[in-house]
Amino acid sequence: MSPATPVLMAVALALVGWLVARARAHRFAAEGNAVRLHSLPTYHGWFVALAALIPAAIFAIAWASLSPSLILSKVLASPAASGLPAFGMKRDAVLAEAHDLAYDASAAAFNPLSRALVPAFREAMTLYGTIGIVVTLLVGFACGAFAFLKLRPDFRARTHVERIVMGILLAASLVAILTTLGILVSLVFETARFFQIVSPLKFLLGTHWSPDPMASVGAGTADSYGALPLFWGTIYIGAVIAMLVAIPLGLMSAIYLTQYATPVLRKWLKPMLEILAGVPTVVYGYFAALTVAPAIRDFGKLVGIASASSESALAAGVVMGIMIIPFVSSMADDSIAAVPQSLRDGSLAMGATKYETIRRVLVPAALPGIVAGVMLAVSRAIGETMIVVMAAGATARLTANPFESMTTVTFQIVAMLTGEGSFDHPATLSAFALGMVLFLVTLSLNFVALRVVKRFREAYD
Amino acid sequence: MTTLHELDPVEAKISARDVSVYYGEKRALDEVSIDIPTEYVTAFIGPSGCGKSTFLRTLNRMNDTIAGARVEGEIRLDGEDIYRSGMDVVQLRARVGMVFQKPNPFPKSIYENVAYGPRIHGLAAGKGELDGIVERSLKRAGLWDEVKDRLADSGTALSGGQQQRLCIARAIAVDPEVILMDEPCSALDPIATARIEELIGELKGRYAIVIVTHSMQQAARVSQRTAFFHLGKMVEYGKTSDIFTNPREERTKDYITGRYG
Repeated sequence: MSPATPVLMAVALALVGWLVARARAHRFAAEGNAVRLHSLPTYHGWFVALAALIPAAIFAIAWASLSPSLILSKVLASPAASGLPAFGMKRDAVLAEAHDLAYDASAAAFNPLSRALVPAFREAMTLYGTIGIVVTLLVGFACGAFAFLKLRPDFRARTHVERIVMGILLAASLVAILTTLGILVSLVFETARFFQIVSPLKFLLGTHWSPDPMASVGAGTADSYGALPLFWGTIYIGAVIAMLVAIPLGLMSAIYLTQYATPVLRKWLKPMLEILAGVPTVVYGYFAALTVAPAIRDFGKLVGIASASSESALAAGVVMGIMIIPFVSSMADDSIAAVPQSLRDGSLAMGATKYETIRRVLVPAALPGIVAGVMLAVSRAIGETMIVVMAAGATARLTANPFESMTTVTFQIVAMLTGEGSFDHPATLSAFALGMVLFLVTLSLNFVALRVVKRFREAYD
Repeated sequence: MTTLHELDPVEAKISARDVSVYYGEKRALDEVSIDIPTEYVTAFIGPSGCGKSTFLRTLNRMNDTIAGARVEGEIRLDGEDIYRSGMDVVQLRARVGMVFQKPNPFPKSIYENVAYGPRIHGLAAGKGELDGIVERSLKRAGLWDEVKDRLADSGTALSGGQQQRLCIARAIAVDPEVILMDEPCSALDPIATARIEELIGELKGRYAIVIVTHSMQQAARVSQRTAFFHLGKMVEYGKTSDIFTNPREERTKDYITGRYG
C-alpha cells in the first residue's frame, strides 16, 4: 500500500464528517428550532472535520516514530534472527541491510544472513503498517463521531473552530523555534564531546590549526586545534574587509536613493540594488574565485607584493562586501526615511544645504538604525560560506596581509565535516565547536542589533 | 487691495506682489499682495486650507522642498527679488528664519541645537564666541534660566513649550531679519502658549515677525497687523484692531464673528 493511501483515507473521512455535520446543522435550521443556530452550518462542518483529522494526524505521526522499534523487536524475536551476531557493528549492519532489502529487493547486500531476515522484516512491516492505518482511521472516526454528537443548534462551533485554528497557527510557529532549540542542543552535545579531547582554552586561544582526521588521538592532538587563526580570518574577511566595502557603498547609495534620486530613478534603482541580495552566494563565489581573485593577485604582484596569492582574503572580503551592500543600504534607507520630515525642514529652514542636513541631522538621527543594519550585515558576512570556500583558501594564517590566503570558521566546518575522519574523531567534532562559536556570535549580534532597532523605532513613535 | 503704505508710512521689509502658488494643477494661493514691516508683528488668519501657511512658506522658499509646487508673482526682501534665478536660497533662509507648527528640535544636545545655525554659516570664530551666541539666543528666547545647567542634555527631552522656545532660540542664533512662525502654539498647552506669546512681544521690533495662527484671540493678542485669508485669496489686510472691531469686508466679519471657519 502506498503511503498516500492512508492520508487520502483520513482526508476522505474528514470530508465526510464535514458534509454530514453541515447537513445536520442545515437540518437544525430547517426544523425551525426555538433556539437560533449559533454558528453557520459551515462552522459545524469544519468543527467535525478538524476534530477527526487532527487527532488522526497526531496519532499517525506518533506511530511513524514508534513503529520502527516495534518492527525491529518483532524481527529479533523471529527464528530467523537466531543466527545474528550478538553485539556490535556487524549485527547493526546486517539488520540495516535486511531492512533496506525488505523495502527494495535490488538494494545491495553483503551479508548472506540479511537475506534470511527479509521475510521476517516484510511480515513485521505489513503487520504494524496495517495496525497503524486501521488505528489512525479509528481514532479519526471516533473523534469525529464524538464531535458530531456534540452538535446542537446552540453549539458554539464558530468559537471552537477559532480555537482550533489558533492551535494550528501556534504549532506552525513552534516548529521554527523548536528547530532552533534542537540545533542548539545537538551543537552543545557534540561540542561537549570535542571539549573532552581538546580544552576550550587551547581551542579558543591556540594559534596553530592543522587537524589531521587520520591521526590517532594522543597527547599532542590538542595542539593542532588552535582556532584563533580561523576566528581572525573570519573577522578579518567578514567584519573588516567586507565592511570596508559595504558600509561606505551601502550608506552612500542609501543617501542617494532617499535624498537625491528622483522618484522615477528610485523606482528603478532600488529594485536593481536589491537584486544583489537575491544572487545565489555560489555565483558570488565564482565571481570571487575566477574574476576578482586573479585580478587582485596580479595587482598585488604589480605593486611588488611577492606573497600575493590567487586565493586571498581581499578577494573574498571584497566580493562579500558587495554581497552585503543591499543589507546595509536597505537598513540605512529605512532608518533615514524614518527620520521625521520636520527635522529635515527644520534644518533646511536654518539655511543648511541638503548635504549639511544629511550629514549633521539625518545621518546622526538615523545612526542607531544604521549601526543595527551593519551588525546584521556582519553577522550575515561571518556566517557566509560559499564565497570563502571558493576564494579565501584553506590555510590557517594569522596575518594582516590581505593578499595572502586565509581561512575562516565556515570554511573549516565544511572541510572537517566532508573529510574522511570518523564521526567521533576530534577533527570532525571540531566542526561542531566551530559551529557553536559562530552560532553564539551571530546570535548575539542579531540580538543586540534587533534591540537597537527596536529602541530607535520607539524614539519617533 | 490694501497694501502697507495706505496704513502707515513705514518701510516694507517684505513686499509681495500678485503671488500665486500652484501645487501641480491646483491653485493654492491667488494673487496675494502685501507689505510686511519690521516694526510690527503680522498675523495671518483664516480657515484651514485658506493658503495662509502656503503663503508663509513662499517667504523663505520652503515651498521649494515640495515636489510640484510652483510660485508666480514677485516677493522682495529689502527690495531684492527672492525668486530671481541665481538667488542663494541658503542665504535667504539664514535671513528669514522659521518656527514650525510642531516643535522640531534636532536629536542633539540643547547647546548643539542652538549652535547648529552659527556652525553651518560660520558665524562664530571660536568656542568662546559660539558660547556667547548660544547664551544670548537662549536668553532672548526666554529659555536660558531653565536650561543653563543642562546644556548638554538632549533637546528632545525638554517639555513641548520648552522645545518650541528652543526652536525659536535656534532660529534667532543666526541673527535673522525675519522670523516666520507657522502656528507655533498649536501643539502647546495654554501656559506654554502664553509664554510663547509673551516672547513674541519681547522679540517684536528686533525682527519682522509673521505668525500664522488658527486662533483669532492669539492674533488679537500678539499682532499689530492682521491679514485675513480665505479660499486662497487675501481678503483683507489692516491694523489688527480694525480687523477685529471694524472689518470692511463682509467675509472677514463673518469669520471674526464665528459664522464659519
